[in-house]
Amino acid sequence: MAASLNLRAALLSLVILLGLLAVWHVATLAPAPAVAAAPAAVLTPEQIEYAKLMGKDPAASTAAPAAKSGFPTLAQMGTVIAKNLASPFYDNGPNDKGVGLQLAYSLGRVGLGYGIAALVAIPLGFVIGMSPLVYRALDPYIQVLKPISPLAWMPLALYTIKDSSISGIFVIFICSVWPMLINTAFGVASVRREWLNVAKTLEVTPLRRAFEVILPAAAPTILTGMRISMGIAWLVIVAAEMLVGGTGIGYFVWNEWNNLSLPNVIFAILVIGVVGMLLDLAFARLQKAVTYVD
Amino acid sequence: MSTEQERPFLQVEGLTKRYGDSVVFDSVNFGIRQGEFVCIVGHSGCGKTTILNVLAGLESASEGHVFMDGREVAGPSLERGVVFQGHALMPWLTVRANIAFAVRSKWPGWSKAQVDEHVQKYVAMVGLVAAIDKKPSQLSGGMKQRVGIARAFAIQPRMLLLDEPFGALDALTRGTIQDELLRICAETHQTVFMITHDVDEAILLADRILLMSNGPQARVAEVVRNTMARNRERATLHHDPQYYRIRNHLVDFLVARSKELSHGRAPAQPAEVSPGLDPEPQPAPHNVPLRRIA
Repeated sequence: MAASLNLRAALLSLVILLGLLAVWHVATLAPAPAVAAAPAAVLTPEQIEYAKLMGKDPAASTAAPAAKSGFPTLAQMGTVIAKNLASPFYDNGPNDKGVGLQLAYSLGRVGLGYGIAALVAIPLGFVIGMSPLVYRALDPYIQVLKPISPLAWMPLALYTIKDSSISGIFVIFICSVWPMLINTAFGVASVRREWLNVAKTLEVTPLRRAFEVILPAAAPTILTGMRISMGIAWLVIVAAEMLVGGTGIGYFVWNEWNNLSLPNVIFAILVIGVVGMLLDLAFARLQKAVTYVD
Repeated sequence: MSTEQERPFLQVEGLTKRYGDSVVFDSVNFGIRQGEFVCIVGHSGCGKTTILNVLAGLESASEGHVFMDGREVAGPSLERGVVFQGHALMPWLTVRANIAFAVRSKWPGWSKAQVDEHVQKYVAMVGLVAAIDKKPSQLSGGMKQRVGIARAFAIQPRMLLLDEPFGALDALTRGTIQDELLRICAETHQTVFMITHDVDEAILLADRILLMSNGPQARVAEVVRNTMARNRERATLHHDPQYYRIRNHLVDFLVARSKELSHGRAPAQPAEVSPGLDPEPQPAPHNVPLRRIA
């Protein structure tokens, strides 16, 4: 029953994909040449002469409008994807790097900023979760800092750090720290009293209590926070790199927009989506591994 | 032997618990001898669980002292094992790991093999060998409570505290585990303090039954000696004429006298009675003093 449901779902997905591709194909279909040729035919010889003087070729303009419309056809899109996938790691200078290389830069920044955020947020979340005093003291700061768009920090980061790449990492740090912090604190604070009582009656040392009782008990909540953080970090990195420039998948998108190369922009969008999905899947796996049935 | 009579293994003196102005219980005095099984019976809200938590070291009393073997109880200790009402197993650990957690707390220097051998011995004691590698969520309520009992026995405490361990079980399972508990206690000569709401359970298991009056200002009003021989069995218990005398005495207390003795009208030093063998106690006076509005 489940298998047949999966099969039907996959089939429906495929139908939707084909439908979308068909719409794309129809929308980017080249206009009929006969209609396009008509304007050239009505030009007088003087007008053709004038056009040539202005550096335009009236004969060529009749044949090319489809190619110049900007939005790629399916075939053009296919060749761009194939070309990008064939050599993802080439490096022809600052403005011409393979998409794989750019992706590696972005993942590196996300990994670093996110990693530092985890190192700060999880221990701090532990402290906040265990101490109602610290929780109340820090709560106003968290509530004010949490809703700030991470990009709003960018000018301040650029001014103080004076390095665009590190500023990018800082922005990732600041956006991924909050969900992890809040979820860790919540998870730790809501560990069942009875498990803590068991640890107490067994005279368990504080370190063992933290790692063998509180951590596994709060792990599902902490992992949820980490998953949310990773999602946000991957959203923010594209915008941050557009601002900062230089390298990364966000810069790649912006650069290809400046090149007016929409096929490459579309390709980059697809890549961002797939990588984001893979990151989320990885965290879903981790989450499943630490979840317990009560 | 004579010193044991004078100074019991566990001595509770003048225990009082107050929350603000309301006195839950006061002047609670009783003692438990080594190897004795004592049940405490009383209505909800009289503070039985609080008393148990004070004995366990999980809560502190407003006044009064608890001495175990001449030393004051000041906090949780591995010398007192606790079986919690809601089994309190850690759901992310298997049965084996749950008990091993306790065993490693008691003997941190033990090797893995030593710990495992010890764990298996106690799992076998409660008859759960087949389920040793299962998680608590895969066990029935009765099995979970057995694991809780095995965990408490595994640390070989000098005293066992049970907080209404069979309250959530069906009658059939309850009977089986009662028999098991009786057998294990007979084998290990364990000193036990147990809370129960079940009069029959108390008569089956306990050597002495503490009767608690209702709150506020509840007290241990009377101690009932179980005059039936210690090799009591569930199947033959009710054929003993003593059984109904004790049972009626307990039920009478719970139905009528526990209420009359609330608000501190119970004696601070409870009398020890043997129902059916003592001359009948004087009926309660009719001119009960007017209740003070607390």
